[in-house]
Amino acid sequence: MQNVDLKKPEFKRVSNVTWEIPETFKEGMRVPVRVYASEKLLKEMDLQVFDQAANIAMIPGITKYSFVMADGHSGYGSPIGGVSAFDIHKGGVISPGIVGFDINCGMRLVLTSLTLEDIRPKIKELTDALFKKVPAGVGSKSKLALSKQDFVELAESGSKWAIKKGYGWKEDLDATELNGIADWADDSKISEKAVQRGVTQIGTLGSGNHYLEIQYIKPENIKDSAIAKKWGLFPNQVVIMFHTGSRGAGHQIASDYIQIFLKVMERKYKIKVNDKELACAPFNSNEGRDYYKAMGCGINISFANRQLILHRIREAFSETFKKDAEKLGLRQLFDIAHNRASLEEHEVDGEAKELLVHRKGSTGSYPPGRREIPKKFRADGSPVIIGGSMETGSYLLVGGSNADDTFDSTAHGSGRTMSRTRARKTTNGKELFQKMLKNGIYVKSVSWSGLAEEGGESYKDIDEVVNSVDKAGLSKKVCKFIPLANVKG
Amino acid sequence: MAYKFVEDTTVSDVAFEAEAPTVQELFASCGAALINTMIKNLADIKPRIKRVFSIETEDIEKLLFDFLEKLVFYKDTEQLVFNRFESDIRESSGNWNGIFSVYGDKLDPKRHEFLVDVKAVTMHMFEIEKTDKGWFARAVLDI
Repeated sequence: MQNVDLKKPEFKRVSNVTWEIPETFKEGMRVPVRVYASEKLLKEMDLQVFDQAANIAMIPGITKYSFVMADGHSGYGSPIGGVSAFDIHKGGVISPGIVGFDINCGMRLVLTSLTLEDIRPKIKELTDALFKKVPAGVGSKSKLALSKQDFVELAESGSKWAIKKGYGWKEDLDATELNGIADWADDSKISEKAVQRGVTQIGTLGSGNHYLEIQYIKPENIKDSAIAKKWGLFPNQVVIMFHTGSRGAGHQIASDYIQIFLKVMERKYKIKVNDKELACAPFNSNEGRDYYKAMGCGINISFANRQLILHRIREAFSETFKKDAEKLGLRQLFDIAHNRASLEEHEVDGEAKELLVHRKGSTGSYPPGRREIPKKFRADGSPVIIGGSMETGSYLLVGGSNADDTFDSTAHGSGRTMSRTRARKTTNGKELFQKMLKNGIYVKSVSWSGLAEEGGESYKDIDEVVNSVDKAGLSKKVCKFIPLANVKG
Repeated sequence: MAYKFVEDTTVSDVAFEAEAPTVQELFASCGAALINTMIKNLADIKPRIKRVFSIETEDIEKLLFDFLEKLVFYKDTEQLVFNRFESDIRESSGNWNGIFSVYGDKLDPKRHEFLVDVKAVTMHMFEIEKTDKGWFARAVLDI
């Protein structure tokens, strides 16, 4: 159904992994679309991806290109794996739909001093402990009894709030984008509904593609041994990776502002969009600034959510191994988001421009020296965490030398190829569980059907995705992680 | 309840379409589709908790959107899911008013088989219209 009436673009080959769709593809496009993917991945993308990227190419202030990353697939309004930068001094907009509903949804990677040999005998006990500690699944409820006032403080100060309350280590902030706080956040810009949804869900994993995984590094999977060593990675090391965001609060903020923007977009700002999900307002408008401040709260809620989950992970490891988390080396390597709009300075045709870079299902990938990179990584480039499906593995990369081609953006995951409704029909959750167990991956899931939707067959080939962005020089491979156990909502 | 989940309308999320002879039945079908995205068997939900709410909007599209969002809100804030939906929907002077009574149950993993969480209702391809046979609606839910 999705491809009915959709035109197949004629791609201009820019390189082996870069393709361009000209402005003539769809009337009203202000800039071309650029896709960063191998030919195989390009051919597998559904036509809606290009149509959605072209719709974004029509929006005022868009600069250079509307981008699609190698993991691109169709979403609602904007494709997942979409990047668009808007010149805020030339009427450029801010759009909740192009940011994504799950504001600041992202990945956190935690190291351990444990090896594969240490963890094998404990893997089931540990995973079950994690499953008990970290609420997951439909309607999962926070284990914290926060007051609304507590939550409002959290929404203004992010991970810093969590550390102040004892949920983490001070050094975690140095290993988090923005040091764990969007300092422009203003809680007066979020609704009571957002607060109510947030209070009940903070510290929960969620469901869908959100997960918590125990992984290890096969010696041959270290691709950049100098950076790996510098960042504390070693062969056969066990690491923890998890993926979650701002939960119901972030979604409520996005929903609230889409409705606000729909009321003023055409009438007040004369902006027309092809999909209501692309509702937007000029960044330099009252409505635009209000959303930016509200989005800041969403960013903080997301950072705090991951910080609280890290605290529970440390508790679960400590209780299982009967040792302090410090002694087990549970040090956070990095926390990075892939649903956000960031104000950044970039050079465009030789001129420095202040751009609002929207990344929806796209990770910031900053080359060495960029001020967006926390100090401890600035000389190397930003760590980039790309989560694969629960069957196939995940990657750590570092910002590449060509990242400025995409306003310092790269892929964020495997990218789905099969719809959830179809996956549910073709995959049996219990059979998948047994198959994964046979392959050495233990899964603890709230739902068999939810598990069935997240099997490896529903996703693109993660190696192909990562090789594409590596070849394009957007991000360079550091190492690959192999899954050992997975907690799913 | 006349609704179906539509394959491949969206790759990462869930889409449903509903049809009904009356607008009241359409809202009930859409409510059931949203809950059925999260809970496998609606019959497992006992209609023992009632919530009543009213919504006033400028058009029928926004009325349906707000109704579905309210169900997501109850799931997130009170862990409530519903399987009976009653409504009194009227149009007057260009405004749409709905008074809704919904009946359901606290989420319970022992009694309810969970599927996936609905995080939001989106405006993408969102549609409600009067047809020759009655009413039609489509929605894409963010997962």
